[in-house]
Amino acid sequence: MSTADRIARWMFTAYMVVFFAYLFMPLLVMSAATFNTSRFPTVTPWQGTTLKWFAELWADAAMWRAVWTSVVVAFFVVLVSLPVGTAAALLLTSLHARARGFFYALMVSPLLTPGVVVGISTLVLWRQLNVGGGTFLIVVAQSTFIICYVMLMVVARLQRFDRTQEEAALGLGASRVMVFRRIMLPYLKPSLIAAAFLAILQSVENYNTTLFVRGFETPLTVFIATKVRTGLTPAVNALALIMIVMTVLGAIAYEIARRRQAAAKDERS
Amino acid sequence: MASLYQRFGGGLATIFIALVVLWLAGMVLAPNLMMVDYALRPNLPPAQIGGPNDVYSLDNILYLANESVHRSIFFKTIWASALVAFITFLVCYPIAFWLAQRATMGQAAVAILALTIPFWINEVLRTLAWYIILAFRGPLNALLLNIGVIDAPVRWNGDGGVLAGMVYAYILFMLFPIYNSIESLEKSQIEAARDLGASTWRIHWRVVMPHAKAGIATGCVFTFMLAAGSYVAPALLGAPGSRWFTEIIYNWFFEGGDWNRGAAYALVLLVLCLFVVLATLKIARVNLTDVAK
Repeated sequence: MSTADRIARWMFTAYMVVFFAYLFMPLLVMSAATFNTSRFPTVTPWQGTTLKWFAELWADAAMWRAVWTSVVVAFFVVLVSLPVGTAAALLLTSLHARARGFFYALMVSPLLTPGVVVGISTLVLWRQLNVGGGTFLIVVAQSTFIICYVMLMVVARLQRFDRTQEEAALGLGASRVMVFRRIMLPYLKPSLIAAAFLAILQSVENYNTTLFVRGFETPLTVFIATKVRTGLTPAVNALALIMIVMTVLGAIAYEIARRRQAAAKDERS
Repeated sequence: MASLYQRFGGGLATIFIALVVLWLAGMVLAPNLMMVDYALRPNLPPAQIGGPNDVYSLDNILYLANESVHRSIFFKTIWASALVAFITFLVCYPIAFWLAQRATMGQAAVAILALTIPFWINEVLRTLAWYIILAFRGPLNALLLNIGVIDAPVRWNGDGGVLAGMVYAYILFMLFPIYNSIESLEKSQIEAARDLGASTWRIHWRVVMPHAKAGIATGCVFTFMLAAGSYVAPALLGAPGSRWFTEIIYNWFFEGGDWNRGAAYALVLLVLCLFVVLATLKIARVNLTDVAK
């Protein structure tokens, strides 16, 4: 190996180390700060190890209200975006090529719109109907773009769907509703579960859109951002740590489910 | 449309179409049209709405063009977002290349898992993490003081902080499109270029990057758009002197109380983003269908 190669290899290793440090250091520092006695969340200086910030978080009534708001919003977002996203995917796949291009562009346009604009446009439309910001508008605004994700995930699965199954069922005398309920829905089920998971995640983590339509409601992300400005204590880090652990566990469960399914498919074929 | 009826029968097909119309007309088109309507009308007291003064004009948009502070913040947001996209690209390209061409299956699987984990975590928390690191009495200053790089703590909040937080937040949106597009490059092409005497830089510049053009364009477009439309990073990591355009929009709505002007500013942001997205995709000859993957 030449010297130049060795230098290149060494530089690349250094880059990888820096890259992954950049990726994980912020999260590690934030998590570690939860256990520091210091009133401001930090790791330098370490003033003593404590669990008191979890207790303080637990006693924070405003935090529990924020959790409740986020849960309610996420529930209704899933309720709206799964059926609409599925309908959009089915509509899209049964259109002719030219119309499909147009509708596809229209359907993904909310993803190409800045989040704040989605919130603002929803807010001004509903003001005409005398509906102000609040849980209802948060659900409407978030669903506007979360439907896109559901639609894309369902379309991806529909592309591998074998239409002869439907024809066979129809030939055997099943009604069209029955074909949909007994063949299409079970076929789509894995992607619908994945889409629901993604929708919950997107809903709970959304900030830019929610900020404009929240009215007097305070979902979790808004609660955290407000805390940063009005008085950040490691109790917020405790909340962050809990959310991180829950998301990572969720992500792992999702990954395991996906692999198990892929393995099952391999066995069958 | 007809095939939808044929396939699912009248009842189901009607429900599907109704749901999609509700979404596209009621949640996508109508709000945006109403925003345009707001943007073009003056801000009037309720009694005068619909009166002789309630006429369409470009006043709100011209206001942005003439107000020097807002105008400079607008342009700063554009170039800073482009800078975020460019730096994110520089940070991601080597690892994307390594993942797609050099890593073994096992290495790639582990690396991708490690890359994905931080991005399951919400943007506000990732920004909060940076807020803690960059704090005046925070770990970064403590570390730099300790090893003697600086003599006094530095205030990181401001443009630098926003940049660090945004690049961090959007890495994955850049990395995966580039990775996907480099993956389809035949290894033999790189070897051929090397055998013919091309240097490493030249191989990347003339072989890998042209091949990955679509992925690079997609990543840059997404990063630019997310950065330009972000509120949380500038709000948490910025300083009063480093305001972002979205913060000006927010202030029109919730502090200035002029929704019409706020809507006009939001419209300008939307048009800018759509323009950048479509122009970049056109230049890189990428289809919209490929972007949303």
